[in-house]
Amino acid sequence: MARLTYREAVRRAIAQEMRRDERVVFLGEDVAAAGGVFKATPGLLEEFGPRRVRDTPISEQAILGAAMGAAMTGLRPVAEIMFSDFLAVCWDIVANEIAKTRYMTDGQISLPLVIRTANGGGLRFGAQHSQSVENWAMAVPGLKVVAPADPADLIGLFAAAVRDPDPVLFFEQKSLYPVRGEVPDGELLDTLGTARVLRNGADATLVALAAMVPRALAAAELLAADGIGCTVVDLRCLVPLDVTTVLDAVAITGRLFTVEENPRLCGWGAEVASLAAEEAYGALTGPIVRITTPHIPLPAANILEDLAMPSAARIADTVRKSLG
Amino acid sequence: MPTDDERLALYGAQTRIRLFEKRAYDLFLRNLVKGTSHLSLGQEAIAAGFAVAMRPDDYTFATYRGHAHVLARGAPMAAVMAELLGRDTGLMAGKGGSMHLTSVRHGAMGSYAIVGAHLPIAVGAAWSAQYRGSGQVAVCFFGDGATNIGAFHEALNLAVVWELPVVFVCENNLYMEYTPIAAVTAVPRPAADRAAAYGLDAVVVDGNDADAVHTVAAESLTRARDGGGPSLIEALTYRHGGHSRADPAKYRPPQEVDAWLARDPVTAYRERLLKHGVPPEVLDGLEAEARQAVDKATQSAVAAPPPSPGRLLSQVWANGGASWRG
Repeated sequence: MARLTYREAVRRAIAQEMRRDERVVFLGEDVAAAGGVFKATPGLLEEFGPRRVRDTPISEQAILGAAMGAAMTGLRPVAEIMFSDFLAVCWDIVANEIAKTRYMTDGQISLPLVIRTANGGGLRFGAQHSQSVENWAMAVPGLKVVAPADPADLIGLFAAAVRDPDPVLFFEQKSLYPVRGEVPDGELLDTLGTARVLRNGADATLVALAAMVPRALAAAELLAADGIGCTVVDLRCLVPLDVTTVLDAVAITGRLFTVEENPRLCGWGAEVASLAAEEAYGALTGPIVRITTPHIPLPAANILEDLAMPSAARIADTVRKSLG
Repeated sequence: MPTDDERLALYGAQTRIRLFEKRAYDLFLRNLVKGTSHLSLGQEAIAAGFAVAMRPDDYTFATYRGHAHVLARGAPMAAVMAELLGRDTGLMAGKGGSMHLTSVRHGAMGSYAIVGAHLPIAVGAAWSAQYRGSGQVAVCFFGDGATNIGAFHEALNLAVVWELPVVFVCENNLYMEYTPIAAVTAVPRPAADRAAAYGLDAVVVDGNDADAVHTVAAESLTRARDGGGPSLIEALTYRHGGHSRADPAKYRPPQEVDAWLARDPVTAYRERLLKHGVPPEVLDGLEAEARQAVDKATQSAVAAPPPSPGRLLSQVWANGGASWRG
């Protein structure tokens, strides 16, 4: 057991898979010699050499196109898009090519590839380097979508993503990079499409993702002091979506709250809410409530950005008021 | 220059594509082909010239104007026709259609309908070939219009920097959809004039001359296989019809159309082979063979059943299914 940061977990995860499988190659901007702009990938170039760990030009379409072409011809590429906001630059390759090619070719082409990207706010980077865009990916059929909340999950889910035969968008929440967590020794391998119940309580279910998981847990602590028991579910993956775990929790608590970093409209919580409304209506004892960032571009100033993103206090207040 | 056997193969391939595309057009008129379709009538020599020069395990990346390239690599004509007609026996069981023809076992790694998108993908296949040391080359065909999209430039730059075995082939038919390419491009040769920006030679070839295309193809393939890196080739050609099924191509001056029709690659090649001493009955035999193949493909495609409803929710994922639930 070691205490690693989420940032250190990234390096360990990539190294674990590259040691295991010669077909795994890694490419992106500043990922090799510089070790990544978030310093998440140092030492990989030294260990695996320039043939397998490649710096690219600032050419997001070329990065993902290269990953796709390599994946369809026998490699298992891991491509980094430095900030998830930059996915907009190469969304054609993601949404039109990578996501659709297996279906359009009736399974002739498989695309076992992983797109890693630093997602989300909290670093005062402003509106073009802070977005939580996992819901963009969730809206496109053919993509798997993963967003781990702690270092051990990051390694295990990353390994599962690399070994998965389908394309995976792997969102690393950049505000979590410095956060430490216990990581077991040895090889870690997790299962995509499995949520995790982190805390059990009888009064409300809080479903969260990535950086909102620790905030939901902190809110649950605040609420416990008021005698309100919360079940906290870390969704971990949006596609495949572990509907069963969510609805089982709702069946016990009768109340569902989603905690989302993404802006309000069409955030993943809307899908989770609609599933609960359709499939667990009888269990609900009150309205489903979504706690999100307002539907605005994220501001840069610390006080404004903090106001925008759901905090433990806002989550707790919302739950408290709603439970009346 | 191609050998005598290769020349017969070049004539055979061009003839098969010509007759297939004409039949495809007839079937559009009979409303048996739905949606859109982009024919290669007039552009056959490029597909034939490259396919004959390529190794069976080389990769072809084509555009939505891809029937010719997929057929040239040897994909079964009946399955290609059935895909156009949306049948269960289609190359992709009717799920891709005319613009996305793919036959991986023939090296046809997809036809891509977003202009320019497949250039970086071909770069990736070439990277994989280099990484695996397989000696394969990726050949990427695209239209003149693709030279003005960012992906073209990103792909060329990365291919050169990584010295990848990829051949980029611009099929310059003078029109990007309905607009003359010259009216919207900063340089007269949309591909060749950009080559210098990536340290590549400017190569222009007569795309209506299968021998010339084959020669340039063989050179560029050898160079790529020998570790000499990418090539960029601009093949000048002309489509006999409109951009797509919906386009009567009235924007093209009649004198220009006539001049290019007079340079029909298939009839010109036949005349050349006859002059070269190939007996007419040999060429007639190849043509009859092609005609028969097209007839047979049409009959089987028309008779084939539509895709079963079960196809709808299949092959989104590698497990064969479409479920998004964990």
